[in-house]
Amino acid sequence: MGVIKLTDRIKVMERKPMSFMERIYLPAILKGMGITMSHFFKKKATISYPEEQRPMSEVFRGLHVLRRDEKGAERCTACGLCALACPAEAITMTAAERKRGEENLYREEKYASVYEINMLRCIFCGLCEEACPKAAIFLQNDKMAPASYEREDFIYGKDRLVEPFLLKQS
Amino acid sequence: MDSNLLKVTIDGRSIEVPPGTTILQAARMIGEHYPPAMCYYTPLKESGGKCRVCLVRVAQTSEANPRPMPKLVASCLTRVENGMVVENESSPEVLEARHGVVEFLLINHPLDCPVCDQAGECDLQNLAFEHGTEQTRYEEGRREFDKIDIGDKIQLHMTRCILCYRCVFTADQITNERVHGVLNRGDAAEIGTYIKHAIENDFSGNIVDVCPVGALTDKTYRFKQRVWFSKPFNAHRSCDKCCGEVVLWIKNNDVIRVTARKNKFGEVEKFICNDCRYDHKNLEDWVIGEAAEIERDSVIRANKYKTKIHSPAVQVDAKFVSE
Repeated sequence: MGVIKLTDRIKVMERKPMSFMERIYLPAILKGMGITMSHFFKKKATISYPEEQRPMSEVFRGLHVLRRDEKGAERCTACGLCALACPAEAITMTAAERKRGEENLYREEKYASVYEINMLRCIFCGLCEEACPKAAIFLQNDKMAPASYEREDFIYGKDRLVEPFLLKQS
Repeated sequence: MDSNLLKVTIDGRSIEVPPGTTILQAARMIGEHYPPAMCYYTPLKESGGKCRVCLVRVAQTSEANPRPMPKLVASCLTRVENGMVVENESSPEVLEARHGVVEFLLINHPLDCPVCDQAGECDLQNLAFEHGTEQTRYEEGRREFDKIDIGDKIQLHMTRCILCYRCVFTADQITNERVHGVLNRGDAAEIGTYIKHAIENDFSGNIVDVCPVGALTDKTYRFKQRVWFSKPFNAHRSCDKCCGEVVLWIKNNDVIRVTARKNKFGEVEKFICNDCRYDHKNLEDWVIGEAAEIERDSVIRANKYKTKIHSPAVQVDAKFVSE
């Protein structure tokens, strides 16, 4: 034969004609249905998210939150250590000085007027939480950054990061 | 060998220095591992001897007098003698004393580093990092003061002051009139202008640069940026009042701060005038040179991928400055 063999492990397929049992297909169909039916009684691999949710680990690092103190004032003082610690450079902020009469809003004399986290850059490593000297930023263990079609939706400003005031009181 | 030179051994390393040199200066000549200094400032006469951070042990006073000095001495004031043997970091006694001094300096310090504009380039922060403890043992109340605006450019936070007197010497020696000083004594001592007087002098801005802590800060820079988010570039312009050699702190093609250049001991050698410091915050006003030298372990170097520009007089473009 004029065939060049690249390897000596070639198997030659035998193409035998189908037997009678194979030709009527019924046994194979019944066997397949049997496998399918047996799965009706097995434990389900899926859950009906979002009605049902899997338990999360205590130390899971999800969506960030900027906490308030016990009086409801923002703890963040825009010291920039989270942005410095961030390996993905996802955090940016602008500081501003607290004015007279805003003591109940901001804990320190300096606060973050703009605080943004780019969730597409964030790798959820939790170093910002570790760096924070004011215990302001935390990664929640029960929330994840939801999906979206727009890139702009992933830049989280203070409106979505700061913990709502009312939630704390209830 | 020049017979006038005195031989001094610091931590096992010898150097020959001219008479009149202090131990601190000799240690700085040797190079690394020199005693820290919070109040001593080479360009300012009579500075030093206040903070006691530079304490060293003199194991042998001189060749003629081989006895050790009875107490730890301030290395910024003690002059070397021939054959002197000094122990700096090699002596556990010195390290323990320094540890205690840091604790005393921090007694009245508010530790508001997250708010303070000096954080990142603060001598006290570095000192406490190297020689301090993690926790304070102090439970009593700290001294409290209101912030004072000294003129429209400088703000005084007396709570952070460690009374090093550097700003007083600067005003005395660099400017031709001093309107501020230290009022009261001992525990009640404070920097002040007595009656709310503005410090208005062409060189008054330098008291911000000499302050080792965040007590005197630039009001035009207040809360603008943390120091490590801007990049320092050496720059110069022709100025008829001063040398015009400065460091520009640039972020996103904006000059956010202008300071004098500091040497590796954190000391300003050429003081700059207020015109350069406050009134020229446009890139067009300056000829921008290389990126300024920053200590290797300084936080200011963090997240800067290109720390040095090699071609001279490079115009800053967006590639380098924005992150």
